[in-house]
Amino acid sequence: MNQTLRKTRTFLWVYYAYMVEYRAELILWVLSGSLPLILMGVWIEAAAGGQFGLRPVDFARYFLAAFIVRQLTVVWVVWEFEREVVEGRLSPRLLQPIDPVWHHVASHVSERLARLPFALLLVGLFFLLYPQAFWVPSLGQFLLFLLVIVLAFVLRFLIQYTFAMIAFWTERASALEQFWMLFFLFLSGLIAPLEVFPPLVRQVTLWTPFPYLVYFPASILIGLPVNLGQGFLAMLGWSGLFFGLNRWLWRRGLKQYSGMGA
Amino acid sequence: MPIVIVENLSKVYPVAVKEPGLKGTLRHLLHRTYRPVQAVQDVSFQIEPGEIVGFLGPNGAGKTTTLKMLTGLIHPSAGRVRVAGHVPFRRDVKFLHKITLVMGQKQQLLWDLPALDSLKINAAVYGIADKEFDWRVSELVEMLSLKEKLTQPVRKLSLGERMKAELLAALLHRPQVLFLDEPTLGLDVNAQVSVRDFLKEYNQRYDATVLLTSHYMADITALCQRVLLIHEGQLIYDGNLDGLIEQFAPYREVKVELAQPRTEAELRPFGELKAVDGTIVRFLVRRGTLTQTVARILAQLDVVDLTVTEPPVEEVIGQVFRAGVVA
Repeated sequence: MNQTLRKTRTFLWVYYAYMVEYRAELILWVLSGSLPLILMGVWIEAAAGGQFGLRPVDFARYFLAAFIVRQLTVVWVVWEFEREVVEGRLSPRLLQPIDPVWHHVASHVSERLARLPFALLLVGLFFLLYPQAFWVPSLGQFLLFLLVIVLAFVLRFLIQYTFAMIAFWTERASALEQFWMLFFLFLSGLIAPLEVFPPLVRQVTLWTPFPYLVYFPASILIGLPVNLGQGFLAMLGWSGLFFGLNRWLWRRGLKQYSGMGA
Repeated sequence: MPIVIVENLSKVYPVAVKEPGLKGTLRHLLHRTYRPVQAVQDVSFQIEPGEIVGFLGPNGAGKTTTLKMLTGLIHPSAGRVRVAGHVPFRRDVKFLHKITLVMGQKQQLLWDLPALDSLKINAAVYGIADKEFDWRVSELVEMLSLKEKLTQPVRKLSLGERMKAELLAALLHRPQVLFLDEPTLGLDVNAQVSVRDFLKEYNQRYDATVLLTSHYMADITALCQRVLLIHEGQLIYDGNLDGLIEQFAPYREVKVELAQPRTEAELRPFGELKAVDGTIVRFLVRRGTLTQTVARILAQLDVVDLTVTEPPVEEVIGQVFRAGVVA
């Protein structure tokens, strides 16, 4: 237990130091996640004219929450892992008595900590420009959001890390991620909240993993009604499925791995 | 009891075959054909604890593939491997604590951080306590003369310093078996010498076993009592360096200084002429006829001075690989 704690601490602070080395890049990454803020403008305009069941201010809050969710759940492990496999840099990692995934987990978690101040600054700026949208979630909502956002990150990470395993066979696993991104954009709630989807599409979508990566946590944060039971069940179910698939592919992949050029 | 046991080890890789041109590309896209490539073929050897063994062979001979099988990175197609009593491919935690692999062209240190940060990660991974960590680092820093370099970002270090820092990181957990793949690649002569000296000292201090590949013969001659020669996946020699020259260099160079110059036609009957420079003549003479030939030269020519030398080991090995001969 003590050892685990020590490993966790060391990994987190070393990778935090690593991320802070790229301050300028970090700001750009934060800004590159501002697609929801652009769509917010579009939807506020649309809501003023049409009937969507949500007021303009709800759209503003929803997309701000979506922005926050994106900031906290960004995952890039497939590109890193693919590079490690193709360049053979996975080899030295495999020779250490720790699963290489912990390096990726640590770098993702530390990056979150390094990115947080910039993201909060942007949120503050937003409220300054649009004070009507200001809201404070209740403590219960907030705690629930924290739990769901951790689960959303875990699910997102598991899915992408599972795609990453394909690098053992094709060396271009990120193509799969790009393809998946297409569905993610539409079905996660990043482009529009599920409230505006046709009822049938919405029902079907709620059984896929996508809405739980953006829509579900964002709705909890701003207090839109969601089916918590179904949400948790779907998140745990999909996480379990991808975890199993991931470990299976990992074991098969290692046999396949020839340490290209290593 | 040997620490490394390799028996009839083989590795076959499937390699995709693609014909040139558009037609070949389309065929490659639709129906991929693979050709098996025998990277390592029926290799057997054993290494005793504390030995430093050089692993020689031209590019693509199967050295790195063998090292990868010995460290457990890849699965052998056939044969048996035991390193420190473990089956490498299982990569047991205990096994990983006992070995290390250093690759001259690969790095494990985080590029943008001081090496010390990467070392802290290694310490956590291998469960080395803080006090012990400080002690080991200061010991290795002294052996490698790396003072004050550990707190600079790795990208600011020279190639030689970086290689030393890599060695430090790879040896922090004090492994018993070191696999080194071109540890001096690209280093200048001074850095090569200090890396070599360090390896020798580490080997003596901890009775560590070392298997190393290098393209610099100086590494091999300075460090290894024993060499393994691999060619096209097959082990063609296992023994000491002198024996290697005995076996693969059937010629000796006989250098003669004559009292007065002779024509090539006059000299040719004594042996193959390597070079004639005024009164200095170099012959290549078969080992078997050396004594007779030298006797004839001394009897029939006006000799001021005569020396017999073995060809340099680089030349011998180069010759073996070029000819692809297995004597």
